[in-house]
Amino acid sequence: MNIVTTEKLTKKFGSFTAVDHISFQVARGEIFGFLGANGAGKTTAMRMLCGLSKPTSGTGSVAGFDIYRQTEDIKRNIGYMSQKFSLYEDLTVRENIRLYGGIYGIKEKEIKPRTDSLLDELGFLSEKNSLVKSLPLGWKQKLSFSVAVFHDPGIVFLDEPTGGVDPSTRRQFWELIYKAADRGITVFVTTHYMDEAEYCDRVSIMVDGRIDALDSPGRLREQYESKTMDGVFQHLARNATRQAD
Amino acid sequence: MKQFFVFIKKEFRHIFRDTWTVIILLVLPILMLVLFGYALSTDVKNTEIAVIDPSRDAATEKIISLLDLSDYFNVSLTVESPDQIEDVFRGDNPGLILVFSENFYEEIMHTGEASIQLIADGTDPNTAVTIYNYATAIIMSYQQELLRVQSFPYEINITPRYLYNPEMKSSYNFVPGVMGMIIMLVCAMMTSISIAREKETGTMEIILVSPMKPIVIILSKVVPYFFLSCVNLATILLLAVFLLDVPIAGSLFTLVILSFIYIFVSLAIGLLISSIANSQIVALLISGMALMMPVMYLSGMMFPVENMPLPLQFASHILPAKWYIAAAKKVMIKGLGFSSIVKEMLVLSIMAVVLISVSLKKFKTRLE
Repeated sequence: MNIVTTEKLTKKFGSFTAVDHISFQVARGEIFGFLGANGAGKTTAMRMLCGLSKPTSGTGSVAGFDIYRQTEDIKRNIGYMSQKFSLYEDLTVRENIRLYGGIYGIKEKEIKPRTDSLLDELGFLSEKNSLVKSLPLGWKQKLSFSVAVFHDPGIVFLDEPTGGVDPSTRRQFWELIYKAADRGITVFVTTHYMDEAEYCDRVSIMVDGRIDALDSPGRLREQYESKTMDGVFQHLARNATRQAD
Repeated sequence: MKQFFVFIKKEFRHIFRDTWTVIILLVLPILMLVLFGYALSTDVKNTEIAVIDPSRDAATEKIISLLDLSDYFNVSLTVESPDQIEDVFRGDNPGLILVFSENFYEEIMHTGEASIQLIADGTDPNTAVTIYNYATAIIMSYQQELLRVQSFPYEINITPRYLYNPEMKSSYNFVPGVMGMIIMLVCAMMTSISIAREKETGTMEIILVSPMKPIVIILSKVVPYFFLSCVNLATILLLAVFLLDVPIAGSLFTLVILSFIYIFVSLAIGLLISSIANSQIVALLISGMALMMPVMYLSGMMFPVENMPLPLQFASHILPAKWYIAAAKKVMIKGLGFSSIVKEMLVLSIMAVVLISVSLKKFKTRLE
């Protein structure tokens, strides 16, 4: 069963076509990698799926809701983590979790035990009452992800979640992603790191607003006769005409 | 509803955990009022006077003691000769030097004419003129005393009375002005900065992806600042009444209603700025340059609008602060009722409705 379906989804800004007739499906429980160079249209496509931006044409649904008419229902059923680290720096770890729990309508008495078990799992229990700005970046990003899936959404959208952190923290981050996937949460992730693409069940590669390739990393390597995902990506990106911004 | 409350709680945490925000919101209003009330006051009190008195007779001594007795002056220095005037101004820097002519009393009695020269420090013309006026008034009162003794046939008594502000206190003028400024500062500047900060840090994006409705986001941003403006309004009024002795002559209720409308206008302006500004510094610059400066100079707080050149008068009419300050003066100082500020209320209400609908629309389209 598919949690994301799009059919010829298009977004134009004036005469510029940011996203050009993309059609794809994401299966429930899948880890789906959304790859592309800067300016290829990844973020725009993602914003349409999250209900932040209205498509120009085409159809699509997320978690069973239409991306034109049911954006409110979509928002209730997705999690989102942006490129920028985006928890409140002047609130404590606990206050941040409480805030997002409240925004997503989780019951008061559930928030507390769930916060404790989440922090325990992350090994952050001692930092419960620290201000977020005092935490190192890697910790912040892990926390940010945990907050994004705190309300058990059907699908979580991650926009370049591991930008700027070291490889070992990135590995730990991906362990969190796998744990979330085990809980049945579909993961939709954009990334620049080609080694991360290997961790995905399937990846799509966007070039100039189109999806030029979509398959499992193994089959894509076979198809493009390359040993690494990086080789596949380079092969496709060579045809790009759009300047990265 | 629950979303709304957790969000408001979060907003208050932002405010109270940032020292500078607390200072701007709670200390600055008090500081401004005290500054305008005392330090920047145009009232003249206890001005030092130096005297050159070659006559030293009954008349000159009487005049000197009259001046010294008044609240406005302190006779602190006696100068022997006019040659020292320059030195005195350089050294002790009195506000005024009084030079009597020789044989003062005799001249008055026999020729009916004697002269006093008043030398004031002209580097600050406003103060110089004020000092001159006060001193003249006191000397005139002595002259009238003399005239009464001699039963002069004609007499015109000029009795000035300053309506609504008998003591000519400048705080009567400043308090409504400071209210107009503080409310604009708290509402427009702080609201726009707090929204711009969320855009800058990226938290706004997370909130927009959440199921929170735009109207709830806006309301929860606006309510804390509305609340703080009310606190400021109360503080200013209390300070005005009990510290600066500025009475609330009219109805407090009318004044509060008027202030609420003005607060709505200011909040709407803040929202509007935040839809243009994507960073805190831009929000600060726009609200600083486009709001505070005109409010200071064009709203009638410092300079009367009637004396401005026409283009500036026109500009002042589109400032909400001008209408608010004018109406607040009428209610607070003149003690006029609701019927006299209908025009100002109407203008402010129309501004509120227009600005709120425009800013709501702007805020929504930004999500696209």
